[in-house]
Amino acid sequence: MGHYVLRRLLQMIPVFFGATFLIFLMVYTLPGDPIAALFGEKAADPAQVASLRHKYYLDQPLWKQYLHYMNNVFHLDFGTSFTGRSVSSIMADAFPVTIRLALVAFFFEIFVGLPLGLISGLKRGSIADTAVLLITLIVISIPVFVLGYIAQTIFATNLGWVTPTVQDSTDITQLILPGAVLASLSLAFVARLTRTSIGENLRADYMRTAVAKGLPRTTIISRHLLRNSLIPVVTFLGTDLGALMGGAIVTEGIFNIAGVGNILYKAIRTKEGPTVVGIVTVLVIVYLVASLVVDLLYAVLDPRIRYA
Amino acid sequence: MTTALETTPKAKERLVPGTPLLEVRDLHVEFKTRDGIAKAVNGVNYSVAAGETLAVLGESGSGKSVTAQTIMGILDMPPGRVTAGEILYRGQDMLKMSGEERRKIRGRKIAMIFQDALSSLNPVLSVGYQLGEMFRVHEGASKKEAKAKAIELMDRVRIPAAAQRVGDYPHQFSGGMRQRIMIAMALALQPDLIIADEPTTALDVTVQAQVMDLLAELQAEYHMGLILITHDLGVVADVADKIAVMYAGRIVETAPVHDLYASPAHPYTKGLLRSIPRLDQKGEELYAIKGLPPNLYKVPAGCAFNPRCDVATDLCRTEIPALHQVTDRDGAELAGRKSACHLWKETLHG
Repeated sequence: MGHYVLRRLLQMIPVFFGATFLIFLMVYTLPGDPIAALFGEKAADPAQVASLRHKYYLDQPLWKQYLHYMNNVFHLDFGTSFTGRSVSSIMADAFPVTIRLALVAFFFEIFVGLPLGLISGLKRGSIADTAVLLITLIVISIPVFVLGYIAQTIFATNLGWVTPTVQDSTDITQLILPGAVLASLSLAFVARLTRTSIGENLRADYMRTAVAKGLPRTTIISRHLLRNSLIPVVTFLGTDLGALMGGAIVTEGIFNIAGVGNILYKAIRTKEGPTVVGIVTVLVIVYLVASLVVDLLYAVLDPRIRYA
Repeated sequence: MTTALETTPKAKERLVPGTPLLEVRDLHVEFKTRDGIAKAVNGVNYSVAAGETLAVLGESGSGKSVTAQTIMGILDMPPGRVTAGEILYRGQDMLKMSGEERRKIRGRKIAMIFQDALSSLNPVLSVGYQLGEMFRVHEGASKKEAKAKAIELMDRVRIPAAAQRVGDYPHQFSGGMRQRIMIAMALALQPDLIIADEPTTALDVTVQAQVMDLLAELQAEYHMGLILITHDLGVVADVADKIAVMYAGRIVETAPVHDLYASPAHPYTKGLLRSIPRLDQKGEELYAIKGLPPNLYKVPAGCAFNPRCDVATDLCRTEIPALHQVTDRDGAELAGRKSACHLWKETLHG
């Protein structure tokens, strides 16, 4: 197990540098000049432009810029946005919002998606199973921006149960609707994945053995069936938590939530290089950690991987 | 060293003498599928007494495993369905029992050993857990007691270094060791009867013999009934007391094991025995019964074996043969010998 963890940690290093460098490269080779854009319509003073370029390290070759940037990142300095605000403080505002939203969505995936899949998988061919299949199919087919606006119209405008946009993201009740919308697609996948996995494992030989041992049905399901069936679901949920932490551009946009997705979208539009690279660098780390956790969890759940 | 299994034999004396431990009477099982109704078991009768070994022999699709699964109550229903018959355990029809009553018999009174131990053991639970579960669920043992008993069981089936290996997972054991674990699991609560469904088929030949010997030894020691399901005539010769040969969901011949080998009374049995490779036949072509096993959706009229039989007559093609009591040339009944062939006399004596 120790070797496995060490190997996985070492693998993260090249992935981290590769991914961040690619992002760096892409952002800085985008057409358009952010410094010129700062001046807008006004004529720029060449001396001022040169000093700004120097300040933001833009007068250096790309690889030097990258090394300089990485050096700063390791000192937890993500640079300064072109508006003069430190990228760290921008992220410090945005990430808590996104994390709260992600946790609400994750809660829905686990406590709604899993039970639906469980019922559906255990009672194949029943009305409940058909209903779950149908509903999840609809959810998967409808794009999230449509679903988001429909939910907003029904629950906020027509029923008036919630405010149409999020005023205060620390109020969890305001995050329930956007959280549900954000969770919808993954929730449908979780339900279907659970259903399929349970269906497969129900037919497994070891389930027949468990019945032949005279175990009560509850023990068979909780101990033998679920333990095996949930391995792929847990893997999916772990990866999905990483994705949720990355913010949701569409959902955050619809409900006007100042999370990572929203900030990132605005930063890309205004060519805020330092902000984009800063956020994406953190997201790369979040993804890497999430996939590491998933792999370790996988090893905990499945001894065949642990001892491979 | 005293193990959980070495306690005095349980009250097996309760059994009224002469009453078999388990008796299957006229069992019919069919499967309803999209292609129609497959008649997998068509009136099977057999019985096992304590300490006795019954070998059920047959090709794939002969209904031997389906019968066993029906006894065990682990047949998938649907698509499976018992349409007629009784399964008497100590004189009580298990098919009429409630689900909870049957569950209490499974594992505790009647246990089963499966063919492929790797897939039949749960891959994510340690063998110690899976063995200990028997004691925890059926006897309310604590975790610690269950583990201790699991180690005793592993010792009993001669798994080396049992105490160190109790926390290992099925995939960390060799095929033979895994099958020993399956045997240990079946033996855990000292059942009256063990049903072993092709217990050695997935193993190397050398390991097959070891596992078979172990099973036979433990069976004798605990005076259990054993139903040994196999398609391998070599496996049954040494361990079985009597044999039931199945074909197309029926028993076509039953006999004490040595009689069956010496003088089969059914053309199908004769064909099976001829198709065993023998050392003194080196260089000769191996005999094979012509044709294919019958389609269970459309079992041939009359004797199901007639299209493959060398001696079939018109009678065989129209009338299903009864299970005849077999007699010797002088007409004296041969104990335990029956044949479902219109021409059993010719087959046996001719």
